Amino acid sequence: MANPLRKHKDRWFGALAIVLALALWECYAALVVKNSFLLPAPLDVTSAFLELLQKGILLQDFQVSMIHFAIGLGLALVVGIPVGIAIGWNRKINAFLDPLIELLRPIPPLAWIPFAIIWFGLTTISAGFVIFVGAVFPILINTYTGFRSVPRVFVEAGKMLGCTKNRDLIRYIAFPSALPSVVSGIRVATGVAWMCLVAAELFGVSNSGLGKNLWFYYNLHRMDCVVVYMILLGLIGLVIDMVFRYIIDRYFLKWQTGEVA
Amino acid sequence: MGKLQIHDLSQSFTRDDGSELTVLDHLNIEVQDKEFVCILGSSGCGKTTLLRLIAGLDTARSGTILLDGEEMKGPSSKVGFVFQEYSLFPWRSVIDNVVFGLEMKGIGKDERYRIAERYLELVNLTQFRANYPAELSGGMRQRVAVARALALDPVLLLMDEPFGALDAQTRNMLQIELLEIWEKTKKTIIFITHSVDEAVFLSDRIIVLTPRPGCLCHIVPINLPRPRDRTSTEFAQVRRHVLDLINQKCSIQ
Repeated sequence: MANPLRKHKDRWFGALAIVLALALWECYAALVVKNSFLLPAPLDVTSAFLELLQKGILLQDFQVSMIHFAIGLGLALVVGIPVGIAIGWNRKINAFLDPLIELLRPIPPLAWIPFAIIWFGLTTISAGFVIFVGAVFPILINTYTGFRSVPRVFVEAGKMLGCTKNRDLIRYIAFPSALPSVVSGIRVATGVAWMCLVAAELFGVSNSGLGKNLWFYYNLHRMDCVVVYMILLGLIGLVIDMVFRYIIDRYFLKWQTGEVA
Repeated sequence: MGKLQIHDLSQSFTRDDGSELTVLDHLNIEVQDKEFVCILGSSGCGKTTLLRLIAGLDTARSGTILLDGEEMKGPSSKVGFVFQEYSLFPWRSVIDNVVFGLEMKGIGKDERYRIAERYLELVNLTQFRANYPAELSGGMRQRVAVARALALDPVLLLMDEPFGALDAQTRNMLQIELLEIWEKTKKTIIFITHSVDEAVFLSDRIIVLTPRPGCLCHIVPINLPRPRDRTSTEFAQVRRHVLDLINQKCSIQ
């Protein structure tokens, strides 16, 4: 099934689609649309990219956006995982918090932007806050689900082997057992966080960043620059997901690979 | 030591409609130190309920369970348990599964791995020490589970149909292996099964439970010398005797 040669070939075949799309885009923009405001051609975008890179704007935007992202996701992890554990492990806490969580959860994260600005001003914190609101629920819910579905036999086997305290059962049995679910929650959260990042910066919750300047260059009608930011946002999102998956598969969920292969 | 005394043990569950379902009814059993006892009965007769009570995983409605004269309250490191379903922690390698109990006990790293290696050797799985449970066959997983339960050196080993999910050949092999382990470690073993063949092959005594309300139906001592030959006439006679007991005495009630 996992033929490396075949996989290699498939990858080239996939790359061909990207090249074709770029060529088509270039031809259509240069020969049909002939208006770089309506549709900037790939070559325009490349030169805009080099221009922005030379000015040093891109690097700064990247740094600021990563800080927003880190604040939001970090906070979501710090809040989401412990609360998820608490409601997944303890029926009483679940009964207490569940209605509140279910009321807050459907509010779209972007609806928090006005309060983010009022509470934290135009700072990195307020952008981080909007991202946090988006990222915290997938983490929380998946942690909860993971803890709910810990097989009873693992807990009982643990008890028979002297692991009887709640704290130890969570640490040594329930958490490792729930980890695949927690991890997929974090993965969904990174995607949501990335979307919220653009929106939060776009709406002026911050002074710079990839989303912020995407909007800024739109106002200048520099659509070639807008495309640069769009592509960068996509690529960085992709890289974040790849790095995340690599780390998880390599270090945390090694034991799961045996089940597939 | 590993002498188990069960006095007047009763257990019942409340059904959804509020009525009581009696599973064990004033049960009295004594198991001697180093004895191998099989508890035999059809499904639903309370075998697993009984074993869980002995293990301290559930609390009985009434009655007492004494291990070496001490009343059992909750899980204890003196009692090992091998579950019917696969209970190895999939996120831990084989050796780390065996180490688990010792780790919980707070034994130093070198020491606990040394002990675990010894028990892994006992079940002949040293070469799989670094593998994950998902990579093992069903028989191997249950052998690791036995090693894991033994690593804490309990006086009493409870086994809940541990070979129930295995094919007949693996099952026979593991029975022989279990007897060897029992000879070497001299634990008291209480082994649940619904296979008459398995019970006759393994045990010093068979305790037959009636199907609901579970009360002691019959105790059959097996005096055949070990190793036992499944195809011998003596074996067949004992087997028939036990089957008769189950069919006549127990299910007509």
